[in-house]
Amino acid sequence: MDDVALVGVGQSKFSRKCGVTIKELVFEAFREAMEGLDYTNADIGASITCSSLYDNQRSAEGPISEYLGLNPQPTFLIENACAAGSTGLRTAWAFIKSGLYDSVAVIGIEKMSGQSSREVAEMMGRAYDVTWESSFGLTMPGGYAMHARAHMSKYGTTEKQLANVRVKNSYYSTMNPKAAFRKALTLEEILDSMPVASPLKMLDCCANADGASCMILARREVAKNITKIPIWIAGLGSGSNTGLTRRESHTSFICAKKAAKEAYEMAGVGPEDIDVAEVHDCFTIAEIIACEDLGFAKPGEAPKLVEEKGTYLEGKTPVNLDGGLLCKGHPVGATGGSQLRTIVNQLRGEGGKIQVQGAETGLAHNIGGIGHYANVTILRR
Amino acid sequence: MDFEEFGKFGIVSHTKESKAADLVAYLEQGKVMATRCKKCETNFFPPQVDCPKCLDSEMEWIEVKGKGKLLTFSMVYYGPIGFEDKTPYALGVVEFEDGIKVFAILSKDIKEDDISVGMALKVAPLKSADNKIYFQFQAAG
Repeated sequence: MDDVALVGVGQSKFSRKCGVTIKELVFEAFREAMEGLDYTNADIGASITCSSLYDNQRSAEGPISEYLGLNPQPTFLIENACAAGSTGLRTAWAFIKSGLYDSVAVIGIEKMSGQSSREVAEMMGRAYDVTWESSFGLTMPGGYAMHARAHMSKYGTTEKQLANVRVKNSYYSTMNPKAAFRKALTLEEILDSMPVASPLKMLDCCANADGASCMILARREVAKNITKIPIWIAGLGSGSNTGLTRRESHTSFICAKKAAKEAYEMAGVGPEDIDVAEVHDCFTIAEIIACEDLGFAKPGEAPKLVEEKGTYLEGKTPVNLDGGLLCKGHPVGATGGSQLRTIVNQLRGEGGKIQVQGAETGLAHNIGGIGHYANVTILRR
Repeated sequence: MDFEEFGKFGIVSHTKESKAADLVAYLEQGKVMATRCKKCETNFFPPQVDCPKCLDSEMEWIEVKGKGKLLTFSMVYYGPIGFEDKTPYALGVVEFEDGIKVFAILSKDIKEDDISVGMALKVAPLKSADNKIYFQFQAAG
């Protein structure tokens, strides 16, 4: 049933400030995705831009498709907060499965350096219900901090255990030339960093960034002709959740559990079959919750899994070996594509220093908002 | 956009144009209210005037009263635009009777060291110096 493949992936370098236009930034990712393909821009059936449009450009799909030479094919914009990239992948998959297009380019872009950190905090805060939630000064760190507090209260998770996630991801970020932050951090540095929203400190949080990503998807007959190593989309799952106030749990994301269940069932695998994973670690607690929602650890046991290095390269389930959002930086619309690029490279055996030997099945988990939207994608070589 | 206005619980900027604006009048009377669908008896907080289950708009107002339990909280040290001067402030979710959950700010009268998950809190209207009104959690003593 492996009908749709990822044939090309690319990303720009992620940085705090790119100093170029969104079109120029996207080109960097597009060029890498097209590299080595026996395929031209004119062959691509449609394009989807994934973005929350922090830059001044509205309807970015127009100028972007023009710059990439993707006119007159149809082009669309997807906004799904930080989950836009994987929602773009899901949409492209459905387009191809329906028979509408043979191939689709999914472009992720965010340029956040035009706003100050406080302005971005306010804009991101408006991803909550503006009437009842953002109006109290709720921020993304504040919302995730409340999930961290709930996890600590229910399972005895400690701030040190949260910091362990950043220690790991920062260690691997030194091997990712496209990451914005590439310094290995010590536990003390993380624990001593400035409080942002208790119990989260600055180094428990990812940073706003500029960046672009690109994925080219194609149906089987096309994929086999244009690339030597197509990576198949084996399973997809997706879900949504209520806002912060009404949700059932603050220690787990119902949407991510639903997405994971669907993706595992469709791929016919379980968490134990995943050789390498990228999960949405916008905050240290987010990686802990992700590992539990995906079944890599039982509820409450992910802190121990990280502590025992079960999510390191040599562990049972390597997680975020590209440094994760925490170290790459988090250009909202580009993140989902960046995660999938890492998994595709792993399954192609092109992971370099972070290559998981013999990786055949990989997973990407992408969240929007504070567990408002979730996509889980399982890829297979 | 008017960030200053946005920063004051939006009573002016958002709820003014909501059908649930009666909440403000109740706050003026000292009450924090939720809505309940007359047909299926589902409670809604934040209050909404339409029931998605029944596709009906026959709602009644019910008071969120008594002691609730703090489910989780965070002390925010880095505030967004409009909240720079208000930090640090504590935000939390409290569960009341009938499973009604409320998200709000905690009164500045409660010291950070005294805040803990599971503690009893009540919700009450709060008038700010500039005559805007919203609600906050207070010690339930």
